[in-house]
Amino acid sequence: MRTLLSALLIAVPVTLILTLVGLTHGMLQESEQRARGIGADIWVRPPGTAFATSLSGAPIPEKMVDFLQQQPHVQLALGSVVQTVEGVTVIVNGVDLDKFDQMSGGLQYVQGGPPKAPDDIIVDQYYAAQKGLHVGSAFMMLGNHTWHVSGIFTGGKLSRIILPIRILQELTSSPDKVTQIFLKLDDPKNTEAVIAALKMKLPDYPIYSMADLTSLYSASNYAGVNSLITVIVAVGVIIGFFVVCLSMYMAVLQRTREIGILKSLGASNGFIIRTIVAEGLLLGVGGTLIGIGLSFGSWWLIRTLVPASIQMVIVTSWWPIAGAITLVGAGLGALYPGWNAARHDPIEALAYE
Amino acid sequence: MNNGRPMIEVRGLTKVYNMGNVDVPALRGLDLDVERGEFLSIVGPSGSGKSTLFHIIGGLTPPSSGRVRLDDRELSQMSESDRTRLRKRTVAFIFQKFNLLPNLTARDNIAVARYLAGLDQKPDPQFEEILKLLGIAQRLDHKPSALSGGEQQRVAIARAIVNRPAILLADEPTGNLDTENSTAVLEIIRDLNERLGQTILMITHNPEAAAYGHRTVHMRDGKIVGE
Repeated sequence: MRTLLSALLIAVPVTLILTLVGLTHGMLQESEQRARGIGADIWVRPPGTAFATSLSGAPIPEKMVDFLQQQPHVQLALGSVVQTVEGVTVIVNGVDLDKFDQMSGGLQYVQGGPPKAPDDIIVDQYYAAQKGLHVGSAFMMLGNHTWHVSGIFTGGKLSRIILPIRILQELTSSPDKVTQIFLKLDDPKNTEAVIAALKMKLPDYPIYSMADLTSLYSASNYAGVNSLITVIVAVGVIIGFFVVCLSMYMAVLQRTREIGILKSLGASNGFIIRTIVAEGLLLGVGGTLIGIGLSFGSWWLIRTLVPASIQMVIVTSWWPIAGAITLVGAGLGALYPGWNAARHDPIEALAYE
Repeated sequence: MNNGRPMIEVRGLTKVYNMGNVDVPALRGLDLDVERGEFLSIVGPSGSGKSTLFHIIGGLTPPSSGRVRLDDRELSQMSESDRTRLRKRTVAFIFQKFNLLPNLTARDNIAVARYLAGLDQKPDPQFEEILKLLGIAQRLDHKPSALSGGEQQRVAIARAIVNRPAILLADEPTGNLDTENSTAVLEIIRDLNERLGQTILMITHNPEAAAYGHRTVHMRDGKIVGE
């Protein structure tokens, strides 16, 4: 029972590490998929905004969309208004739906269709599942405004919730303004040339290719994410260390007499330490396996309860990393109890009841 | 090596335990010779230093002063690792409380002793005969909790002799056994002494048990006081 409890406790940081890594990968993959789903080649952001920051508000004059539409090689320019709904994980996008369909190849509806009435809204299947929405469902969003779901589309395009741009502009008090502009070119090969030309004409605007955007959706490109993973890994090592240390210390106390017996049979101090450390490492292996199993539980819970807010994937490449981290913690944690056991006086140990 | 010297030669042996700020002498200048192949019984009241003498001869603790020569090796000059090696092959213990590892079967308890000594874990054919003599050949796959006291002590004897140690130290081997099992165990120890020629020292409170030895010495207050 002690062994099982120790392995379960060691499994906690393993689960924590795998869940966090799964979340960062899942959310970045999801963002990348939605960015690709837009179907644009170029992304124009408001002046003064950094690349990997979330957008909100609408600082770009809408006439800029018309200006960009007239540029060489630009087949379609699409303005979008962005408004956060639930923190930074769920946002609503306001776009011209006809133009968005042209750019993206069209939304695939699993239920209903595009908005018809002013309070109609469309949501993706993940948001609908999380909120229990169906076509015709009413829900509150953006203040006290009540919306009716007119359609539910498959995810992976732009955002979870989409509104006609005029309605969102009105609600956010930003008429004739947009948050960002997407450009679809006549040929993606012209992307770099068009970006270079636009940067000459619009030096204040950050302009990127969508390929640049999607390539940056990896954990290694996000300093904050890497720091967070590092902290969680450190916490994992520390928890693993203390759990194994405490567990093995208790085990050594329980087995004082057995250690005395082994010493009376000629067991060296090195043998005693190796035995205790080996047991600690075995606990680490067991904890890693249980932790991997529990990470599937996290994945299932997130997928079932909050599929729209956060996304998690199982990152198998992190299994050996989490295992190695745990074994380091477990091995270090078993060293002191092992050393303590080796120092037991064999006569006192044999007399231990 | 047999050069005519005793197998165990003890001279002026003292052992003082430090209990906080108090020094407690357990052995006070003990002299003892035990011949090769001798079966010596040691009797004496509690606190007379019998177990301390065993612990020193068995290398579990160093002496405070004096000389202990085992098979021509000076024990008082041995390091801790030398004494650990001594317990692997040269000296073995039989305890009153059997001291078997509770999570291992009888067979594995015996195998552990061979493993620690760096020997093949499968004993030689002659040892199989000894297991039959001990009457535990059919009980080897049981854990200690499934064995009677007599069976546990026989397993402990098997474990003690599996590496053919030159010296066997039996500390009250019948202290936890009934009369029938006590007699059986004592006869086994005497039989092993005759078959294998091991030097055996046995601590006992029981004069009838002591009579199984070739010779009996009496201890009191950390010294040999008579034979």
